[in-house]
Amino acid sequence: MAIFQSEIFLAILPELGLLVLAGLLLTLSLLKNNRVNCCLGKVTAIGSILVAILSLFLSRPGSEPMLLWGGMLSFDSAGFVFRMLFLVGLGLTAIFAETEEVVRRRPEFYAMLTFSVIGMSFMASAADLIMLFLSIEIASIPLYVLAGSKTRNESSVEAGIKYFLFGSLASAVMVFGFSILYGMSGTTKIGEIYSAIKTAEIPLAGLVGAVLFILAGFSFKISAVPFHWWAPDVYEGAPTPVSGFLSTASKAAGFVIMLRLMTILFSAEHAYIWQLLMAVIAAASMFGGNLAAIAQKNFKRLLAYSSIAQAGYMLVGVAAGTDLGYTAVVYYLMTYVFTNLALFAIIGWVEKSAGHSELSAFAGLHKKSPITALAILIGLLSLGGIPPFGGFFAKLLVFGAAVENNLVWLAILGILNSVISLYYYLRVLKTMYVDEPVGEISLNPPSAEFRVALAVSIIGIVVLGIILLPWFNLATFAASGI
Amino acid sequence: MTNLRQIPWLSLLVLLPLVTGVVLLAIPKGKIGLIRWLSLAAALVTFVLSVGLFIGYDETTAGYQFIEKMDWLPALGISYHLGIDGISAALELMAGIVVLAGVLVTWHVSDRAKEYFSFLMFLAASVFGVFASLDLFLLFFFFELAVFPKYLMIVMWGSPKTREYGGMKLTLYLFLGSVLALVGVLAVYFQSGLLTFNLLELEQAGFGVEFQRLWIAFIFIAFGILPGLIPFHRWPPHGHVAAPTAVSMLLAGVEMKVGAFAALRAGLMLLPDGMRFWAPLVIILATINVVYGAFIAMIQKDFKYVIGFSSVSHMGLVFIGFATLTPEGLTGAGLQMFSHGIMTALFFSIVGMVYDRTHTRNLGELGGLYRYMPVAMFGFVIGGLVSMGMPGFSGFIAEMPIYIGAWKTFPVSAIVSAISIVVTAAYILLVVRKVFFGEVPEALKPGVSDITLRDKIVVIALSGLMIAIGLVPSILTPTIQAGVNHILAILGGA
Repeated sequence: MAIFQSEIFLAILPELGLLVLAGLLLTLSLLKNNRVNCCLGKVTAIGSILVAILSLFLSRPGSEPMLLWGGMLSFDSAGFVFRMLFLVGLGLTAIFAETEEVVRRRPEFYAMLTFSVIGMSFMASAADLIMLFLSIEIASIPLYVLAGSKTRNESSVEAGIKYFLFGSLASAVMVFGFSILYGMSGTTKIGEIYSAIKTAEIPLAGLVGAVLFILAGFSFKISAVPFHWWAPDVYEGAPTPVSGFLSTASKAAGFVIMLRLMTILFSAEHAYIWQLLMAVIAAASMFGGNLAAIAQKNFKRLLAYSSIAQAGYMLVGVAAGTDLGYTAVVYYLMTYVFTNLALFAIIGWVEKSAGHSELSAFAGLHKKSPITALAILIGLLSLGGIPPFGGFFAKLLVFGAAVENNLVWLAILGILNSVISLYYYLRVLKTMYVDEPVGEISLNPPSAEFRVALAVSIIGIVVLGIILLPWFNLATFAASGI
Repeated sequence: MTNLRQIPWLSLLVLLPLVTGVVLLAIPKGKIGLIRWLSLAAALVTFVLSVGLFIGYDETTAGYQFIEKMDWLPALGISYHLGIDGISAALELMAGIVVLAGVLVTWHVSDRAKEYFSFLMFLAASVFGVFASLDLFLLFFFFELAVFPKYLMIVMWGSPKTREYGGMKLTLYLFLGSVLALVGVLAVYFQSGLLTFNLLELEQAGFGVEFQRLWIAFIFIAFGILPGLIPFHRWPPHGHVAAPTAVSMLLAGVEMKVGAFAALRAGLMLLPDGMRFWAPLVIILATINVVYGAFIAMIQKDFKYVIGFSSVSHMGLVFIGFATLTPEGLTGAGLQMFSHGIMTALFFSIVGMVYDRTHTRNLGELGGLYRYMPVAMFGFVIGGLVSMGMPGFSGFIAEMPIYIGAWKTFPVSAIVSAISIVVTAAYILLVVRKVFFGEVPEALKPGVSDITLRDKIVVIALSGLMIAIGLVPSILTPTIQAGVNHILAILGGA
């Protein structure tokens, strides 16, 4: 019994740790001390590293999923790996937030970020519809506030409100889907709903209805077509570090619940319906995101559309529905977190001096700061799927999974999209490397910790592209728990 | 001697330019001298390595040699697996020569020299890597490594008018080709059931005929985009013309062979039965390439476009050689890849030399340059003779077997593509007359000077090599035949 007791707390150790961190940050906010407030980012980052190390050693799941807390949480490998991913996202975002003058000295900004990560962690391990819904809300509500946290900036406030309205609508629709599931199976436990679906206790029509509603909510989180409309405006208006966070950690959280839902559906009858549905959403997201990105003049909007397309690529892996497919999605997310955080960080840094994030601010960046230009180059090429960067192998896995499972047409569509996306990524490179700088923008050198965080992200992208074995094993480990 | 074999020569060949590229990026940009000498040193060492590999390749035992293998991701059967057969030994040598020549003729580049030479080294690493890959994953890895150096080099140092269009077009076409082929390769990977990207094992997998017919179309045509197989012949001229000299040399000289080589390795050699089925279609397309490319080259007004389209024409011959599936045709294709690589590099380097001094590539504005740069003219004429397939030059020993092979299998193709010999002679002579003979236009007179000593060395060395191969084909043929025999064994055994 004693072992059982310790398990129960060790399983939520990361969340507990983050709660302590958030409490600490809120306490610091009472001090109103400038000397403390200037290094909040570092405090948050160190906190997330500590939590990550602690849970790495103390709360490793076994090979078999374990239901804890009255069946509310599933303690498994997927939850473990995704929590690590969120913690990486939190740590990097906290450092990168220094470029945003308005928020960098506000403890509640970092506390909110931490709360959101707590919600995401629970999302990754929720085993009950109620728990799932609550955790989604815990993750989302701080994000609404964060998106609008530049209160004197109209577009930031607009982003916050827009995100909130879209988000609450999506949540409402999703809860409606949950309620249908509950009504038909009489339980909120996902495991029991799973067996109800498998034994066809739930009629197909009802299931389709419920799943469509739930998918609407999930698609909103991962910004997949047709629930992607919020993303460009929100990414553009929100403080840049928050956009980075939204496009990575938040999206990863969306994907873990998407994966869990899909495994259930794929193992039941009529799996082909869901597979086709996923494939169509994937294709629509890829085309929708990439085609719209071509016309963008603002780097943040461009990345917003690109991130819609990236969600599409990952959905290709989801649609494949095999272990390889899920592994591919996890691997993709790992590279994607580093890539997009790095890109948004640099955008934030340039924006700080230039005052805007139009592509013209990046013209001639190569002359002003060759290293940052190189970092953007690495990030964009990784998104485009070019070796030796992580995106290449991630894309290969995703398309490989599609080919393996007779979705060759989807793989070909994905390939075509890679070509389209390379077009606008290369144009950004051209802007940086060939065009002459517009106006006199002098860039302030970033702080040491910013450089370290950026270096970590860039090295992460390269390492994920060259040293494949450990990360592939980690992704497989995560996929085995889904 | 055994010790010498154990040194990872191929890794050195591939990784040295890669490491040099990274090191160059770290050098402060003011030190142009250091940057140039370092690049030259790297190019020289890779050249020596490629020569050493070529000589060291033992054609009597044939097969794959200098093999290095290291697990990369065993779960998916991916390994770092290098090795060369006769054909790739010759192509590595060709690439080594072209890279060295490229560094020498663009020695004077001083605008962002650091990035220039660094990207050139990445490009070199990519081609060396592709030729040496015995793992399909690795092959794609190296191939796509070249995407950004290619694009950035064209847009940063290319000719201002067309570089953005040409660079984008070239990069997207090449990327499209390779990623489409990737889908085909993934299909092969899963169909084989061997869970390996190892080419040697996949060669033995024995796929069903239906499967082969479907997927060879995919892989072969996709890789066919790279060497500009009809109907994908529109990118090379634009891209090659827009590129700076050394990149034109590498792209037309080496990169087009990368596509042909990959079509051979991942297409023909893995799915031979499928290739038999589609061979007539490939022959038809390639014949159109040969003839059409030559005619288009003839009507060009731009010096560089002439060479650009002539590449399309000559690469068609390589594909005819492949599709004959005969010993003659395949040997000819291998020789043609080598000979065309050297010839095109020579052509583009001379175009670059002329342009640097006259600042025009318009054939109407050039003339009488033999007075200023006799060596360049000499080189161009030699290249032209090779291009026409004149006996005594490397072009002859390459094209002759291809025509023999074609004659044995598809006589019509041999007859039709022979038209191109006449047309080639016509446009080469036309260009020689317009550029090097006649009166020097007044506008050109000030500023035109002879080419530098470095340029002369390159021109003479490349011309000399083509004559040497023409006179003593046995420098090259045994090695290439060793590679071809291996392919024939696969064709026969399937």
